[in-house]
Amino acid sequence: MATVSHSSDAHDSHDANHNSGDHQSYYVPHQSHWPIVAASGLFLLMFGTGQMINHPDSPLRWLSVVGALIIIWMFFGWFRNVIEESMGGLYDEQMDRSFRWGMGWFIFSEVMFFAAFFGALFYVRQLAVPWLAGDGSNAMTHELLWPDFVAQWPLMTPPDTSAYSGPQQIIDPWHLPLINTVLLVTSSVTLTFAHHALRANKRGALASWLALTLLLGAAFLVIQAEEYVEAYTKLGLTLESGIYGGTFFILTGFHGLHVTMGSIILLVMLLRILKGHFTPQQHFGFEAAAWYWHFVDVVWLGLFLFVYVF
Amino acid sequence: MSDIAQSTSQSPSKSDQSGHDHHGPAKGITRWIYTTNHKDIGTLYLWFSFIMFLTGGCMALVIRSELFQPGLQLVQPEFFNQMTTMHGLIMVFGAVMPAFVGLANWMIPMMVGAPDMALPRMNNLSFWILPFAFAMLLSTLLMEGGGPNFGWTFYAPLSTTYAPPSVTFFIFSVHMMGISSIMGAINVIATILNMRAPGMTLMKMPLFVWTWLITAFLLIAVMPVLAGVITMMLMDIHFGTSFFDAGGGGDPVLFQHLFWFFGHPEVYIMILPAFGIISHIVPAFSRKRLFGYASMVYATASIALLSFIVWAHHMFTVGLPLAGELFFMYSTMLIAVPTGVKVFNWVSTMFRGAMTFETPMLFAIGFIVLFTIGGFSGLMLAISPADFQYHDTYFVVAHFHYVLVPGAVFSIIAGAYYWLPKWTGHMYDECLGKWHFWLSMIGVNLTFFPMHFIGLAGMPRRIPDYALQFADFNMIASIGGFLFGFSQLLFLYIVIKCIRGGKQAEANPWEGAEGLEWEVPSPAPYHTFSTPPEVK
Amino acid sequence: MDTVCKRTQKPCAASMPRSFPVSEDKRFLLLAGDQKAQLFALLLLPLLMLAQLLAAPKAQADWELNMPVGVTEISASVYNLHMTIFWICVVIGLIVFGVMFWSILHHRKSRGAKAASFHESTFVEILWTVIPLLILVGMAIPATATLRQMYDTSESEVDIQITGYQWKWRYQYLNEEIDFFSNLTTPKEQINNQAEKTENYLLEVDNPLLVPVGQKIRFLLTSNDVIHSWWVPDFAVKKDAIPGFINEAWTKIDKPGIYRGQCAELCGKDHGFMPIVVKAVPPEEYQNWVAEQQAAKAAKTASAAKEWTLEELVAKGEQVYNTACAACHQPNGMGIPGAFPALKDSPLATKDKEGHIRIVLFGKAGTAMAAYGSQFDPVDLAAVITYERNAWGNNTGEMVTPQDIQQHLKAGQ
Repeated sequence: MATVSHSSDAHDSHDANHNSGDHQSYYVPHQSHWPIVAASGLFLLMFGTGQMINHPDSPLRWLSVVGALIIIWMFFGWFRNVIEESMGGLYDEQMDRSFRWGMGWFIFSEVMFFAAFFGALFYVRQLAVPWLAGDGSNAMTHELLWPDFVAQWPLMTPPDTSAYSGPQQIIDPWHLPLINTVLLVTSSVTLTFAHHALRANKRGALASWLALTLLLGAAFLVIQAEEYVEAYTKLGLTLESGIYGGTFFILTGFHGLHVTMGSIILLVMLLRILKGHFTPQQHFGFEAAAWYWHFVDVVWLGLFLFVYVF
Repeated sequence: MSDIAQSTSQSPSKSDQSGHDHHGPAKGITRWIYTTNHKDIGTLYLWFSFIMFLTGGCMALVIRSELFQPGLQLVQPEFFNQMTTMHGLIMVFGAVMPAFVGLANWMIPMMVGAPDMALPRMNNLSFWILPFAFAMLLSTLLMEGGGPNFGWTFYAPLSTTYAPPSVTFFIFSVHMMGISSIMGAINVIATILNMRAPGMTLMKMPLFVWTWLITAFLLIAVMPVLAGVITMMLMDIHFGTSFFDAGGGGDPVLFQHLFWFFGHPEVYIMILPAFGIISHIVPAFSRKRLFGYASMVYATASIALLSFIVWAHHMFTVGLPLAGELFFMYSTMLIAVPTGVKVFNWVSTMFRGAMTFETPMLFAIGFIVLFTIGGFSGLMLAISPADFQYHDTYFVVAHFHYVLVPGAVFSIIAGAYYWLPKWTGHMYDECLGKWHFWLSMIGVNLTFFPMHFIGLAGMPRRIPDYALQFADFNMIASIGGFLFGFSQLLFLYIVIKCIRGGKQAEANPWEGAEGLEWEVPSPAPYHTFSTPPEVK
Repeated sequence: MDTVCKRTQKPCAASMPRSFPVSEDKRFLLLAGDQKAQLFALLLLPLLMLAQLLAAPKAQADWELNMPVGVTEISASVYNLHMTIFWICVVIGLIVFGVMFWSILHHRKSRGAKAASFHESTFVEILWTVIPLLILVGMAIPATATLRQMYDTSESEVDIQITGYQWKWRYQYLNEEIDFFSNLTTPKEQINNQAEKTENYLLEVDNPLLVPVGQKIRFLLTSNDVIHSWWVPDFAVKKDAIPGFINEAWTKIDKPGIYRGQCAELCGKDHGFMPIVVKAVPPEEYQNWVAEQQAAKAAKTASAAKEWTLEELVAKGEQVYNTACAACHQPNGMGIPGAFPALKDSPLATKDKEGHIRIVLFGKAGTAMAAYGSQFDPVDLAAVITYERNAWGNNTGEMVTPQDIQQHLKAGQ
């Protein structure tokens, strides 16, 4: 029920910076060509990827690369605009809050994206697999369709063994995944140290802690890649190995993708810090990156528990 | 590189910026492509949505023509299925949702006294993704094997193992629509939570703003789930997983659970802003304050929360366990309570008012009556044992068209008439507006009311040909469909006429209308509320 | 079997001889560019509709308005639930709309009405929250009772497994070892408006499901491909057939008769053309029918051993093809480009005999091509493969015998 008022405090505090006659405190950019660049880049990426999947020989598949390059270019340009505006003093506290709300709700949307996959995981573990083995009111499912099927999790033998061969083995949670858990949790801690250093204006410590965070993130990704190679080459755990493989790879895969994106964001932050960006008071770009990283970390804890351990 | 030059030239300084602010729109096509202005973007959304409405409408007319008589006359079943699928997808994602986002863009900043949306550049991106996404979706119709033919609900495995190859592009286009919706919703939430004029507490917000706040929350909560489920489809189709295949330990019904976890809130995404619009129009033309403002807010919030726990009522026949069936039946029935509160409040607002019946009010009254009829059939559908008879018949088709066409679409049209003077500075042609209302009203009822009967009598939905006992009502529905469809061209004419000229509109052309949007001149200046107003 | 006439797919123009005369040789072109041709043809749509209205053959039709009461105890209670909730809605609607229209008539500005200033009342707001809630509770009680009854599938006397196929139903009587498919029999001429439509247009099949009255029958529903839904309104039974799972439903029919229904879940191209016909007969008659079926089955097994000639197999194969294959691969063997491959001149149907037999028996994973080895007996399978290898100019002259099929089935995939 709190009234968000901005004309009095926010407006006044910035009045000093304003040219006379301009009553606007909230910065509204006039025009920008980046959104249409982004939209066309996204279209080319999607369309090209579709071609790559459907017609691997079609030359149109290269549109995906063109689209990806356009999107990268767009990110550079768009964020350069934002950074320049921010450092040019155009943003007030209200703008800062807009960014905070925006980032917060974006992370919420990411939570829901993972919720869909976790939901699928719980559904198959708790309901679908037991039902296929005759649980609940499904006695006849078992008797008529899958008489040899036994419910178990991890599901090593899928109901239809002619179409899907289950994994021979699964990942041992107490080796690589445990190391990864330690790495990622530590990286959240080091990132918090970096943030404290930023607030205390200790630039050297800031850069070192952030670099260490990045290193931990990279190590996580390397180990994750090693785990995938092992799963495919030694354990017979693949996308094709029934529902266990499906849920395992979609959850860890999208998480890995998010760690990759988070690392790139942190790398950009590191480069900006080395260029002298951010002040102890104003550094939402850094904070947003940190929020994202912590979110990715929390998702991992969920994964570690429900994909690997239990 | 040109971008560097561009960004340096744009590299802003305060004096530049204040210069820009008092300018009008840029000239030429770049005004629309590069714009960050909420009014421009609102206009783009509204025109896009109208084009999609006509496109989806043409597909509906193909369907109605084929069903005009028993027997196959115009199209083959596989093409018929593509038409039903595309009609649904285009109307939901291309017509109704963008129309509401367009109205939100135009009106929310003005209603809360903000200079623009919170994140104007992202606002532009949300819009411009849509034409690309729909171009990709429509292009599937020309691909080998045809476009999506598995219904707008695309149940696996019909949409996975048994789908035409173009399903890949269908998936990617829905991904793009999801990205657009999520960004649009984030913008709306940030605007409402952060950009209100001083003094405008949450419980002083206009109801259109309230309903959009809740809608935006629903969008952010469920669009990612849709993205998740179509990603799982993509994996099943191309990468050998078995999420929706029992042979690998998955379950086709899992698809439906995930889809409807998105899909049911989606239904409310398409109706909550409509409640908001009606809650503006009814008081304005009754010249009386809205009855039960607070209970309207609470009812909207309850409907939104309930929407997360009712999804499986779309799946009563899939063989849910008895406990699940009962739970979803009870929770669904509960929705009737807050929805009832809303209808009672509107009627009480009209009661002992001083009413006039300009076109927006006519459409609003049409909305209340016909949406309530849709609500009644919804309540009937909630009764699980009876739903075994209704499910997947024309009774369901009648139900959701009653809540979507005279529901969502009527509210959008009502809102358009209500705000046209503010947008264009001219009054629309009232006489033609009334014609538009009565033709639409007759058309919509001729089309959809008989569907209740053919549904109860046993006609399944999504069939290109039917048994003889359904013939007469189908013929009536087809005639009604053409009447309704062509009446919308009249709407197009009225809008264009209003843009080009007409009686000058005052700042507040409606005697009983209240709100900040009526305090700025008509047409609304390109920039409004650069200085926030004080709300008492 | 010649009553079985699976609806054939012709290009749209062929079904509209009056409006779009297309010569035979152009038909291929139209079929190939089918999708685009249809899109363009639609531009003329309103005109065509008008023409059809004028030339409409008058079809017989009853104006059915309401849900059938049906012929089972459950369907009657569902009907009662439906009518109760319907009348509740009518009463609420009359009150709400009554107040609204009364206000519209009396509280209009043109009649000099002045707006009152009230805008809330906690009492009425609570009242109209609580009263609907009580009505809903009153509704939920009988609904729960009926639902519990519908879910009780125990102690059945006849168990029938129903499997949905694209686009037909298979009925297997679990204890009687009877197993057959049920296909639409409406001739394609009726569907394409070249012949007068008869009474049970689209609601007639070759082999109806035969069940006894007065006995509890349990349906075990599943699917071989996509999700279907088995629905007979007169029993108030509608249950989805989900591939890989068995759903249960039951009925106990009160009076003999023929009851018709349709597939209720979109299942692809011919979703509208896979009706359900149930024939309910007295128990004695049912017993006789069971005995007959079992005798017929024994005779059929014997025929597999017989020596077949090429002509006999081709003739039989054509019937089987039209029942089981023509929906996708088309009666002329051309298929539907992009969706279903052509058989005419295809390497599989002209050269690779082994591959041909295997794909028919075991299907092709990841496509709509089902495994037919378990759906037909060896004679039918041999006949249809022989037909495909000799029809439409695929003149291989080769013959596949029931014995070949049996060998392949024995060897397995």
